[in-house]
Amino acid sequence: MTQSPATPTALQPILPTSSQIPLPEAWQPVVEAQLVKEEKVLAWLEIDLNTSLHFGKGLIVLTDRRLLARTGDTPEWQSQPLREGLRLTRRDHAGVGSLELFDATGRLAHWRYTLGQDVAAGRLIDHVNRQLDFVVTGVAPTPPAQAVCPKCETPLLAGQDECPVCSKEELTPPSTWTLFRLWRFARPYRWQLLAGFLLSLATTAATLVPPYMTMPLMDKVLIPYQNGKPIDTGLVTLYLSGLLGAALLAWVLGWARTYILALVSERIGRDLRTTTYEHLLKLSQEYFGGKRTGDLMARIGSETDRINIFISLHFLDFATDVLMISMTTLILVSINPWLALVTLLPLPVIAFLIHTVRERLRTGFEKVDRIWAEVTNVLADTIPGIRVVKAFAQESREAARFRAANQHNLEVNDKVNKVWSLFGPTVTLLTEVGLLIIWGFGIWQISRNDISVGVLTAFLAYIGRFYTRLDSMSRIVSVTQKAAAGAKRIFDILDHVSSVPEPATPVHLPAVAGRIELRNVGFRYGTRSVTRDISLTIEPGEMVGLVGHSGSGKSTMVNLICRFYDVSEGAILIDGVDIRSVPVAEYRKNIGLVLQEPFLFFGTIAENIAYGKPDATREEIVAAARAAHAHEFILRLPHGYDSLVGERGQALSGGERQRISIARALLIDPKILILDEATSSVDTTTEKEIQKALDNLVRGRTTIAIAHRLSTLREANRLVVLDRGSVVEVGNHDELMAQEGHYYRLYQAQARNVDTEGGSDLEAGGEDDKGDRE
Amino acid sequence: MSTTHDFQLHRDAFGKLIFTGSDGEAHEALPVRAFPIGAPDKGIALVDPHGHELAWIDALADLDAERRQLVESELASREFMPVIERIIEVSSYATPSTWTIVTNRGETKLILKGEEDIRRLAAQALLIADSNGIQYLIRDRGALDAHSRKILDRFL
Ligand SMILES: Nc1ncnc2c1ncn2[C@@H]1O[C@H](COP(=O)(O)OP(=O)(O)OP(=O)(O)O)[C@@H](O)[C@H]1O
Ligand SMILES: [Mg+2]
Repeated sequence: MTQSPATPTALQPILPTSSQIPLPEAWQPVVEAQLVKEEKVLAWLEIDLNTSLHFGKGLIVLTDRRLLARTGDTPEWQSQPLREGLRLTRRDHAGVGSLELFDATGRLAHWRYTLGQDVAAGRLIDHVNRQLDFVVTGVAPTPPAQAVCPKCETPLLAGQDECPVCSKEELTPPSTWTLFRLWRFARPYRWQLLAGFLLSLATTAATLVPPYMTMPLMDKVLIPYQNGKPIDTGLVTLYLSGLLGAALLAWVLGWARTYILALVSERIGRDLRTTTYEHLLKLSQEYFGGKRTGDLMARIGSETDRINIFISLHFLDFATDVLMISMTTLILVSINPWLALVTLLPLPVIAFLIHTVRERLRTGFEKVDRIWAEVTNVLADTIPGIRVVKAFAQESREAARFRAANQHNLEVNDKVNKVWSLFGPTVTLLTEVGLLIIWGFGIWQISRNDISVGVLTAFLAYIGRFYTRLDSMSRIVSVTQKAAAGAKRIFDILDHVSSVPEPATPVHLPAVAGRIELRNVGFRYGTRSVTRDISLTIEPGEMVGLVGHSGSGKSTMVNLICRFYDVSEGAILIDGVDIRSVPVAEYRKNIGLVLQEPFLFFGTIAENIAYGKPDATREEIVAAARAAHAHEFILRLPHGYDSLVGERGQALSGGERQRISIARALLIDPKILILDEATSSVDTTTEKEIQKALDNLVRGRTTIAIAHRLSTLREANRLVVLDRGSVVEVGNHDELMAQEGHYYRLYQAQARNVDTEGGSDLEAGGEDDKGDRE
Repeated sequence: MSTTHDFQLHRDAFGKLIFTGSDGEAHEALPVRAFPIGAPDKGIALVDPHGHELAWIDALADLDAERRQLVESELASREFMPVIERIIEVSSYATPSTWTIVTNRGETKLILKGEEDIRRLAAQALLIADSNGIQYLIRDRGALDAHSRKILDRFL
């Protein structure tokens, strides 16, 4: 619904008359055919919608004398000579931008584009305005004073090699070979893993010894005995002790292997979880805005677990399985190649089976993960909101929601299990059939005296192991797919680049003076344009009050100054440096912030106050609490500063929470203090007291204070009045009152202490306008 | 609010819709649907550029043909929610992923930033927000062709 025309940046002639970006190849011949002699193309904009909002490529070209345009649906070009009174504006609504060309009599043309081109559209308008100026006044525009991004012509600031607008657009999907990327986490434990691998190899080798011994036992002891020879006790003892030795060896090796791998598995899990969480914490507010708590919890909690078990156990198992199968095959072939060949018959069938189910299992497991996250989401959603649930007596509805999520979980699991449950037994069946074939084939061969009975017994003993291996190998299909699904979701987090990225070449600020400058700042949440073209300079030590209606963009401005979000257009500078060039944490250290919705962590009051400075002394904590007028109420609590506040500070009242969060901000002694409705939940007397304390603290700090109660901002050097995302008035109380504008009406409304719904045009906020009713 | 609709509408030379109320005062007006997804034809407000409500229309059908046409054309020129008819291909099943799709407004590409940008609406309908914030609608995912459905299923 924003309809503010884009104002040209006349103050800062940063753009050259002619764009540096060449016309796309495909358009060149078409455009050239339109140009008259000596006509030069200065700038252009490719649009991707036609006037009836269908997708189709069009082009708007600015030449030195006119504006040429063609939309997707007609090959004809419209032409508008540049002349006095021409005006090109842009606005956007629901993801569609409109460029409109007006002269004094009315609208001459309009074009549509999707918001991806919005920055480019702004640039075109700049070019048009400058060229119009030139055509009308004849004064040549000044050449650019600043470096601009070669791709999108955004002015680059000190310390920026890369354009902050362009570099934000990285949208490469993570590679599909996610599991291999897990190597990064396994690498530190590669020696332990190798040891584990060798041990499992040795274990399995040890288990391969016994079947081999059955052969001579059968052929040299039992069968001769049947044929009337006495039993050779020495030989029997030898073979039996060999069997025992092999079993003992397998036991020791197996124990060492399991122990080592269990240790490694836990460590990999720990690393994976902490790395993911650390990365998650660095992501921007925007990321968290779009995610659900339960989902993130599920990813970091249960899915990492599955992955580390996969790396340390299943993956190694798989490797040993492969080796063992090849070793067994070798042994079998060396004993009798024909029989060996028959043994291997089920293998291709199993391979085919694996191939067919793999994809289905993976997608299935991915779904299971997502649904599981959904189940957690319901919990993470309702438990913090339990008061609302109870107040509206909606327990049964929430229970139903949870039941539905669970039901969905069940259904998806059922589907995967259907595939999976069929797969396992099929492999077993195949191995049984394989066994049968060997019996048959073996007996046939014995009957022809090709092999001895001992050979067949050994074969059967081996085959048992061989097929167990095959079975476990096929089972790996499911764990691998499960781990792959989990890994994908973990890497979703790990690959996410923060939308408030750390600068590539950071500028360090040794001492911050606190001068904040907003230059033509525009910002949108998604497609919703919230602020437009805000320019404001706050001097070091100045206190600025932000006033305006609910929803006018005050908190948004705070979010931008704190760099919780990056501006969509323009720039914010601290002491003359773009805040995007300063390391994020280093920058935020200078800001003390009291939020509109105070948040306390589970812990004691003292811990909460010292949150921004964990090494603060008790004296400092008490001093901060005193300054925030929290000291006395804290002393009234049963355990004083050691009282627990409960999750999210439930144990305290709204005003008490606010005062704790003021103390928290004061304790870090910041250069810049931002108070977003810091005292909205306390009574007027307490507010006055806090105000008095704040008045002292505010001195020497750049302060931005937001308040609906205008009396709170008495001390402000300047008041900035916002209305629908733009600055409409700036000045001190007296000046603004004299202007009789927005501020005046706002003030009058409060002074009269009446609800002015519908009266003043400042009432744009409508029904959610709580602030004006003081 | 009144259901008699004693206001006038016309379009001026600047392409703007002008509302003249019963008090004779003229305002620039914008029609806004109150439930653009749930009930697009019920509940339409005419608001001025400051966001104040000028009039409330319970249902589009309540208006006479001329005013209705003006409101509808203004809505059509501002609304943009392409309906996905077919998904041709996706660059990857991991997000961010680029989808090539056919919509009722022509073929295009969209970039899906994350699975959470797919919003489930009532029944089988889905709303997909792309990286630029454009909303794409899938009316009934059961009614899509098998290929599209298979692709879509991987993201749900
Ligand atoms: N995360 C968000 N996503 C989308 N829109 C948002 C988001 N946060 C705020 N908005 C919108 O941006 C506009 C400005 O919001 P903002 O919080 O800055 O208002 P405000 O001036 O602080 O209001 P109040 O006085 O009520 O705190 C509002 O219309 C709001 O709906
Ligand atoms: Mg706010």
